[in-house]
Amino acid sequence: MIIEHSRITLIQGDIIAVPATGIQYGELAVVKSKRKSSLAQVIRLRGDEVFLQVFAGSRGVATGDQVRFLGHPMQVAFGDAMLGRVFNGSGDPIDGGPNLETLPRLEIGGPSVNPVKRIIPRGFIETRVPMIDVFNPLVESQKLPIFAAAGEPYNQLLSRIGMRADADVVILGGIGMKYDEYLKFRIAFEQAGVLPRTIMFIHTASDPVVERLLVPDMSLAVAEQFGVRGKRVLVLLTDMTAFADAMKEIAISMDQVPSNLGYPGSLYSDLAARYEKAVDFQDAGSITILAVTTMPGDDVTHPVPDNTGYITEGQFYLKNGVIEPFGSLSRLKQLVIGKVTREDHGYIMNSMIRLFAKSRDVEQKLSMGFEKTAEDERYLRYGQLFYERFMDLRVDIGINEALDLGWKTLKECFSADEVGIKQELIDQYWPGTSG
Amino acid sequence: MAHPINSRVIAVNGPLVTAEVIRDQEVTMNEVAYVMWNDIPLKSEVIRIRGRLVDIQVFESTTGLKVGDQVDFSRELLSATLGPGILGQIYDGLQNPLNMLENTQGFFLKRGQYVSALDQTKKWDFTPLVAKGDQVKAGHYLGYVPEGIFRHHIMVPLSYAGIGEIVEIAGQGPFAVGETIAVLRNGDSEHFSVTMEQKWPVKMPIRAYNERLLPSRPLLTQCRLIDVFFPLAEGGTACIPGPFGAGKTVLQQIISRYAEADVVLIVACGERAGEVVETIREFPDLEDPKTGKSLMDRTVIICNTSSMPVAAREASIYTGITLGEYFRQIGMKVLLLADSTSRWAQALRESSARMEEIPGEEAFPAYLESRIAALYERAGLVRLYNNETGSLTIVGNVSPAGGNFEEPVTQNTLKVVGAFYGLSRSRSDQRRYPAIDPLISWSLYLRQLEESLSERHPKWVELVEEAQSLLHRGSEVHQMMLVVGEEGISIDDLVVYLKAEAVDAVCLQQDAFDKVERATSKERQVSDFLLLMEMVHHHFSFESKEQAKKEMTNIQNIFFQMKYAPFQEEAYWAYRKEIESILKKGVKSE
Repeated sequence: MIIEHSRITLIQGDIIAVPATGIQYGELAVVKSKRKSSLAQVIRLRGDEVFLQVFAGSRGVATGDQVRFLGHPMQVAFGDAMLGRVFNGSGDPIDGGPNLETLPRLEIGGPSVNPVKRIIPRGFIETRVPMIDVFNPLVESQKLPIFAAAGEPYNQLLSRIGMRADADVVILGGIGMKYDEYLKFRIAFEQAGVLPRTIMFIHTASDPVVERLLVPDMSLAVAEQFGVRGKRVLVLLTDMTAFADAMKEIAISMDQVPSNLGYPGSLYSDLAARYEKAVDFQDAGSITILAVTTMPGDDVTHPVPDNTGYITEGQFYLKNGVIEPFGSLSRLKQLVIGKVTREDHGYIMNSMIRLFAKSRDVEQKLSMGFEKTAEDERYLRYGQLFYERFMDLRVDIGINEALDLGWKTLKECFSADEVGIKQELIDQYWPGTSG
Repeated sequence: MAHPINSRVIAVNGPLVTAEVIRDQEVTMNEVAYVMWNDIPLKSEVIRIRGRLVDIQVFESTTGLKVGDQVDFSRELLSATLGPGILGQIYDGLQNPLNMLENTQGFFLKRGQYVSALDQTKKWDFTPLVAKGDQVKAGHYLGYVPEGIFRHHIMVPLSYAGIGEIVEIAGQGPFAVGETIAVLRNGDSEHFSVTMEQKWPVKMPIRAYNERLLPSRPLLTQCRLIDVFFPLAEGGTACIPGPFGAGKTVLQQIISRYAEADVVLIVACGERAGEVVETIREFPDLEDPKTGKSLMDRTVIICNTSSMPVAAREASIYTGITLGEYFRQIGMKVLLLADSTSRWAQALRESSARMEEIPGEEAFPAYLESRIAALYERAGLVRLYNNETGSLTIVGNVSPAGGNFEEPVTQNTLKVVGAFYGLSRSRSDQRRYPAIDPLISWSLYLRQLEESLSERHPKWVELVEEAQSLLHRGSEVHQMMLVVGEEGISIDDLVVYLKAEAVDAVCLQQDAFDKVERATSKERQVSDFLLLMEMVHHHFSFESKEQAKKEMTNIQNIFFQMKYAPFQEEAYWAYRKEIESILKKGVKSE
């Protein structure tokens, strides 16, 4: 049943209202103006008044424009034909390829997974970034944000992981992304030959703000279908702060009482509804989410990173171009360290971090003008090597190689009794001792 | 849906739906209503009535609802179902057993599916405790059925008004929860059939007992920082606020495993599904040290995880508390862990905002304080009609925005709870777990339980207070050292600092992942703490700061090793003797 209406009674922010009956909450509509036509979604019903958020924005919408209701909520195509393709914030292809109208369509923002159908995660996802693999390993079905101030190379990190990570399908959701960044992702994926397993939903900074809201839902709805069909899906989202800001804009236009820095009171639930799509299905695939959250003013107590931190299972903290070992955390790492990975993993991780903390202390001490001892020298050297061999984002090595390099680095700077690792493992792994 | 009223949806705003009822129709506040979505009923609750406009919050997604859709009012308040068969269940916020939904619904939770909370087919072996002609009232026991390791008392329904005479009572035998086990007759000669299953409105406290008692016994959690320094009382309340990543959830998981309670209710309210999954998957295989049975046998999980509908999140805590009160009525020692009450408060905030109520602080509704107070007031130790006691202890996690305790949920909670376990980022960064900060935390129960605690040692409370003040002095010295360096403080101050550090390392910090360390029995807590205090009282005479540091590190290390040795086994005694001999040696030299 398609009904057309042509008397818009209210235009406020990106919200419009039309008198209409028989309309479903959440239903989609097309608003047709002289210059453009845009999708819109019903976000409130009041008597015979229907409020819609216009995805392309209300600029240029006239009170006499036509609003055509489609009778269904937002949908996205699904099928293997999507692999290797690029779509915009409304789900239309933007890579010049054929359209996918023949594919089945599914509703986005579906219900949550029954908790008893989840299993305890136990898959290790190798990213070949040693600061992740060794010190805060990514676990299948984990949801992890990358906290970073503006200007940090978070998209570079994300594309590295997208190229290298061991997953069946990679879905990239770009929210408010610079066009150049999108091109960089695309070129990188093409060069690495991983485009055929990738699907991109790209909303660029010049696209209408409201379309941002759809990107995570579309990415995750598609991910969910692959997951149910047994695929291990990695979803990369950048940047979720832009998503939250779009939500703020809509809430304010709807005269909602803001709770904190203008964000709606539902910010936590809204973010959680997306992040909670990360899942390890019993007897099927999984969805892992890695999402960039830029921190305005590098402030982790800002409502977006703060609420995100309560929802996600840890965070990677990107600072000065490297993943900071202190402040980064993978809450699920115990599930794989030494169980899926090599037995010495946990020991190497703890020992190297402890020694690195010490080397930071030494640096601090020296900067305060204290004298340098021979021991300090060794710690400084260790800190230097640690930075070059592990923290530098250009380093691209697998987990076992990284663990071996860890032993080597320890040996180069310390004696075996200084590293605090149990003898059994020293005997087995300390370089040069096993003949 | 017993009495459908011809009402229609006139507005939809997220989970808030406004219905218009016909003139003179009676509608009850907090009544359950069903909004019909393509013939599927969506459960909802009445939360505001203005003339013929009734605002209802829908416990499911409202996508697809239309103006003009039918609304049915049930005339029943939102209720929990009580009876045998609750233990070991995993419910959603409205008490639907998730395992049953699993069988019918596949991976995802679909809308409008409501399953009976209790197994209607299972037979329970009923034994009567009363006879024909007995006079009874609500909450009196009529008989019992064995459930796991407990005796589950079957009572006169809590909603039964006045005195009834028993005109029929079932003999011993198997009954399903829906079968009549007794018939009562009241003063007006009306007959009433009693089954083992009953309903109680979740937002009303159950008060079928003789009196509420002052909590006077500790509830052992086997977490030393709590049990020794900031004890929790049986029937008391506590809150655990902390920033993300400080270990709130791990702490609650530990408590849920090792606390000495008969029944543990875990309300996962708006938190990660992954955490519930760990409990769901691990508890059935863990052994309850007290009974030797599976830990799941004493546990009930109510989970409304963060992606489930917000309105049902508000209900989930009330559902949990009502189950807790019910188990208290049958004489159990119940511990309810709610993680997190901030998410519940946020659910209140969301519905308040949609109703366009005037917001209070940080946009929380003005009634936040009274709601929080009413929630925690439902805890308590009570003397039942049979003169035995039952208790409900509530521990709520709070997730303050930005880790700042000045926010309204934390502050309003602190006003009403008996103990405050504040987690701090700095302690968790230093890997001092559990990251409860002893300098800001408090427990009103330490003094209140003095009589009971003095059975451990006549001066127990004073010793604990002494240890607490040592920690404060140690922290002051530490602050001083940060400014003037170790050289700038006296050797006595240094020793105070080192003793405080030792108390911290040995008693406060507890390794949740070590087999021995993760739970400490009462006997061990008493014996180890008294030895530790001997060390604190000991007057060491050190020549130099170097010597002080060396020897204090040594003694701290022996204490530390002792922690990991199984209680009263060989290694334990060896370390203990070593410590005792060091302390004796010192005394002689003076």
